[in-house]
This record gives sequence, C-alpha cells and structure tokens, in this order.
Amino acid sequence: MIDFEVPKPIAQQRVALQTVAENMMRPVSRYFDEHEHEVPWDYINFMNMAMRAMGAGYLAPREEKKNGDKPKEKRPPIGYQSLAFMLESLSWGDVGLYLVTPGGGLGAAAVEATGTPEQKKKFLARFSEDKPTFGAMAMTEPQAGSDTSAIRTTAVLDRQNNEWILNGEKIFVTGGHKSLELSDGLVVVWATIDPSAGRAGMRPFVVEAGTPGVKVTKMEHKLGIRASDTVSIVLQDARLPFENILGSPEVEAKTTRGFKGAMATFDATRPLVAATGIGVARATLELLKELLEQQGVHIRYGLPRQKLTSIEKDFIDMEVMLHSAWLLVIKAVWMADNRKHNPLEASMSKVRAGDVVTKITQKAVEIMGPLGYSRDHLLEKWFRDAKITDIYEGTGQINRLIVARNILDYSGRELR
Amino acid sequence: MYSFELSEEQKMLIDAINRYASSDLRLKAHDADEENQFAESIVEKGWELGFLQASIPEQYGGFGERSAVTGVLAAEEFAWGDMAGALAVMTPGLYVTPILLGGSEDQKLELIPPVIEAEWQPYTAALIEPYYDFDPNDLRTTASLNGDGYTLKGKKAYVPYAAEASAMIVYANLDGLTQGFVVPAGTPGLEIGEREKLMGIDAYPLYKVSLNDVHLPTSSRLGGSAGHDFAPILDSARVTMAAMAVGVSRAAFEYARDYAKDRDVFGVKVAQKQSIAFMLAEMATEIEAIRLLNWEAAWMQDQGKEEASKHAYLALTGAIDMAMMVTDRAVQILGGHGYIREHPVELWMRNGRGIAILTGLAVI
Repeated sequence: MIDFEVPKPIAQQRVALQTVAENMMRPVSRYFDEHEHEVPWDYINFMNMAMRAMGAGYLAPREEKKNGDKPKEKRPPIGYQSLAFMLESLSWGDVGLYLVTPGGGLGAAAVEATGTPEQKKKFLARFSEDKPTFGAMAMTEPQAGSDTSAIRTTAVLDRQNNEWILNGEKIFVTGGHKSLELSDGLVVVWATIDPSAGRAGMRPFVVEAGTPGVKVTKMEHKLGIRASDTVSIVLQDARLPFENILGSPEVEAKTTRGFKGAMATFDATRPLVAATGIGVARATLELLKELLEQQGVHIRYGLPRQKLTSIEKDFIDMEVMLHSAWLLVIKAVWMADNRKHNPLEASMSKVRAGDVVTKITQKAVEIMGPLGYSRDHLLEKWFRDAKITDIYEGTGQINRLIVARNILDYSGRELR
Repeated sequence: MYSFELSEEQKMLIDAINRYASSDLRLKAHDADEENQFAESIVEKGWELGFLQASIPEQYGGFGERSAVTGVLAAEEFAWGDMAGALAVMTPGLYVTPILLGGSEDQKLELIPPVIEAEWQPYTAALIEPYYDFDPNDLRTTASLNGDGYTLKGKKAYVPYAAEASAMIVYANLDGLTQGFVVPAGTPGLEIGEREKLMGIDAYPLYKVSLNDVHLPTSSRLGGSAGHDFAPILDSARVTMAAMAVGVSRAAFEYARDYAKDRDVFGVKVAQKQSIAFMLAEMATEIEAIRLLNWEAAWMQDQGKEEASKHAYLALTGAIDMAMMVTDRAVQILGGHGYIREHPVELWMRNGRGIAILTGLAVI
C-alpha cells in the first residue's frame, strides 16, 4: 500500500540531528570554509560520542541483531532510509563537516557491500571505538576517473608470504588523510589483479592505517566542502595480508565480480550522496525564504503562474525540484532496505539531485543579489558546496548513462 | 512507514484499465482526434470498469470508498491510453465527486445514485473561464444572494458535454469564495454556446457556456446554505491533471524509446547515440520524480494532511513542465516522423501543453 509517512524512529532521530546541525555545525560553518585543512576536532569528538550513543556509525545499516529465543514482531527494515534522513539533516547543517563525521564513510560502505561476514566483523569494529576513526574509498586515479575499468593500480599475490603487493596512485580520496594519518582507520583501494582483464580484474582491498608503503602525498584545495580533506595516496610495494581482499574465497578467479562489487557499492551509496546534496539545497531554500521575508517578500501558493511574481515562480519551481528529487532518494533507499535491485532508481536519484541542487543554489545567489554573492551569508558557500553533488560518486553524465542503459536494456558495449 | 507498492486491489484495477487503455483508447485515439469524438460504446466500456463506482460508498449507490491515491493511479493509466478518452470516461465524476466531497447529506442521497447506478451519462461541471489569468480561487463568474436563492452571472469555457448534459455543477464567486451550484439542463438563463475547437484533446466535446442571470434555489448550492470548502475539490482536480500528465508523458516516452531502439543511424541504433539516450534518461527520471510527487500529494489528501493543498499545487506545477518537456522531446527524437500525424507523438505534444490549461476537467 502506497505510504509516505516518515517512520517514527526516523522522525525522532531527525529532531535530534536538527539540534546537532544547528548547534555544532552552523556556528563553525564559515570558519572551516575559510580555514581549509584545519581539522574540526570539536565536531568530530562530539559526533563520535553522540553516534556511538545512538548506535549509528557508518554509511551502511547494521545487520539485524539476532534476538535469543523469541523473534520480535517483524518490522519492515528502514536502515538505508534512516541513513538518508540522517545525511540529509547533517548536510543541512554543513555538508563539508558532515563529510568528516567519524565512522566508516564510503570505506565501510564498500566493506558492507562486498565483504564476507568475517571481514565485516574484523574491519568494521574499529568504527565503534572510543577514538574517532575514519574510513575512505579510493577508486579514481590520475588517468582513470569515471572509466573505472581503466584502473592501473596493481595487486600482485606473493604466494610465498600469502600477501598482496599493491602499487599505484589514487587521487580524490575523500577523508583519506583522516583515515590513514589522523586515526587507525582504513581505505578501501580498488586495484586490478590482472591489468589485461579490464573490469574483470578489479578487486577491492582493505588498506589499513600504518601499512608500510602507503603515503598521503597531496591535499587538494577545492571550490567547496573545504572542511573535508581530499587527498592523493601513493602505494609503493604496500603489502597486505591475503584476507584483506574483500569478498568470497573465489576472488582470485577471473570474473566481473570485482566490478560488480564496486557497482553494488554505488547502488547503495548514490542515493545517500544525493541525500547530502538535498540537505544543502533545503538549507538554501529555507534561508532564501527567510531573507526574502525580511525584505517583505512572501511566497504565495495556489495561484496560476500568470499571477505569480518572477521570484515566486522561481521559488515554487525550486520547491518542486527539491521535493521530487528527495522522493526519488527515498524510493531508492526504500528499495535497498527491501532488497530490491535498484541501480536504475539509485542513479535516477543521483541524476536529479545533482541537477536540482546546483540549480537551486545557483538561483538563490542570483535572487538575493549582492546579499547572495556576499560571504556575509552562507548562500554563496552552499553554491560552492552543492556543486560536488553532481560530480562525485559518478558524475551526472555517468549516472545518465546508467539510467539510459537500464531503460533501454543496453549493455555497456551497446551504449558506450 | 514508506511504501511504493500498490495494494492487490489497486493492481487489479490498474491492470484492467491498462488493457482497456491499450486495446480501446490507444487504438482509436488517432481517428477519434481527427473525427472529434470517441464512439459511445468505447466510453461506456471504460465506464463499466467501475472505477468511479468503486470510489462511492454504498449508501450513495457505489461499492467502495474514495481514495485519491487509487484515483491518480487510475487517471495515469487511462491517460496513458489517450487523454481525451480518459477525460470522456471520467466525465460523470466531475459532477459526482464534488457532491461527495462538498454536498449535504440530502444532496448526496438524491443526486449521486442516479448517475452512479446507471450507464455512462453526460453529467458535468463548469469551472474554467475564458481569461488568460483564469484562477479557480478568484472566479469572474459571480453568485449573489437574491431573495430565496442565488443568481449566477458570467462566462464559462471548456465545459465538457454541456450540450447533452442533464445537469452540471457551475462554480461561481460568492463573496470571494469559490462555490459550486447544481444547475439542471434547461434552467432559464443557462446558455450553451458553440463547441470549442482546441489545439489538442479534440475528441473530447467541450462547450462555451454563458450564465445570464441564472436564478437557483438555495438547495442548489453544494453543502446547502452553509456552502462547502472548495479546497478538496481543487486539490483533487490538480492531482488528477498531474496524473494525466504522467500518463501522457509515459506514453510519449515509451514510444520515443522504442522508436529510437528500432531505427538505424550511421550504422547503429538512434538510441545508441548518447545525445538521444541522455534525453530519454532525463525523460524517464522526470516522469518518475513527478509521479512520486503526485502520489505523495494524493496520499496527503487521503490522510487529511494540512499540507495537502500546497502539495497538490506543487505536483501540478511540476507536472505542467514535465509534460511539455517529455512530449516535446518525444517529437524531437522521432525527428521529421514526429511531426507527421501518423505517429501519435505530435498528438501527445498537443495534449501535453494542455496540462497547464485544463485543470478542472477531471476530478477523482
């Protein structure tokens, strides 16, 4: 039965997160935008404590706890929905700060999506420790962005020592510095075990902090999300235990399992990344409304367009964009929760979110004129922050390609 | 708790409408457009699916409960077949549903059963007026209290089946409020004008209507002398039109997709070109986004949520742009063939523009 009621636990969580966003994020939003690479420890420590208290942690829902004898009444799973709401709320506060929230981030999401139960246990435990711990995912390389099958980082098995030897360079690793140098975290590195095999050779490896031969070599300076570090990582004869290759025992066989694992990770994380952009756009619309009202402009609903002012028309159109994109996110995570195959819906939500959050934040700056363009307000910052939504976790164009292949029933070869 | 799954009854209803929409409406849509009418037998067949009857409680002659969510699902499916046909089948709802939503108990008992328990008959409503800034909440047609009744004065446009209808609801401005009045055929001063000739939905008969000091008893006002709240009726009209926009757009998208997969260009299929594939991807995304927006708006109506009116408005606003974007692109993807009336996409493009104009031609 079609239903749009926000589940109660999520509604409650939302109220708590709103307080966090208002008190722990907004007051320092501007400071960390202007002090790139400075680490917001107050926020990090607070969130580490708070998230542990809430039982939340990384970008994937926890497995259901097995309850001794009597199974409780079965409730529909809402783990991904809960995460989407959480990320939207925190990003409403500040998306750059949200990105440095301790926990596993995309690294844990990849472990969750592709690891065995033993691996999940082993690698994810660190994210519930007392000390804030970070995780990241390293996919992009200097010569391989969206075309992940062109990855050149190699993983060679040293059978004598039962170790993998990784060599290569990764760039644009979100949170890589915090994962490897500021905490005992991990980075999931995608490497090829057979460079001639293309996608079929791709495998995810867990690289833990402190691994010899792994080095953070560069911290980028960015348009926005400046509170979050984006780094380059060089792997030089980095040796990993055999079991750090994520997935089932037959990982060595030449299948496309590795690539499919990467894609499964994206099916889970794309709607969540879309949710973060939507948080920024909601913040923008709310502030825009407030600033307009201060100037005596009130938005009137229900009128034919012919009677609306240009600002009212823009504002209402932005609300349509924002809310419809949000519902695409909700549907995609609802499908994930209910174990429905969702690559189409995941990419649709990302396409639309990427589009609308850039349009909304750009329009808001224009509408507020000299006030919008000024750093006195956060609108210009959100304009810069929002743009990344249409770029990372698959650009808008890559996600269009995925949507197109799905609706046309085309393979990657048929629609390049 | 979120859910995006249809109930079993909804699935059965939508399956039945889909069969009718593809085997009857879609097949006849082109000829009906050229000949400016659907055969009565086709309209009657759609009526017999019992969609409206199932949304009316038993005491008024139906066999179910009204659900806006089921309504938007049904409206999408009918309109996917053909918008003019969908509007024709749903016409008696223009009369019955507002009475259900705003009528007094006496009015419901008296007026609904004769429509619901019979074959399809042209009962209708007059809302739209011939002005560029037509606003359903600020009508130029006026109603004024006059002795023991009301006097209606003004001009209406786009009134379905006005020439044949046994009765219609006329909406008029009573001291700033939009109120509905039941006007039987033949009431003195009710003047049926010529049939409208429009850019699209030409298989649907619409008429100009003038109200020249039409005098009506107090009992003709929906809700009696206390009147009624117009908002639920307008909300319903908005989500219905938005649902039809989704239906028309889905039809256009599917046709363009299949055409692009079939036609060769430079040694590959048209759909294998990213410029076309991306257009289709955006069309599909837009349709899904607006469909969800509209489902939620309908769900809010069923739940009696405070925000229901605002969301119906937002859903229709989104649907207006979606319908134009998708139907325009469908024509574009077919290229020259899209411009030829042998293919249905030009009809859908004409109908798609209508979404912005035709609110009030269907309620669910």
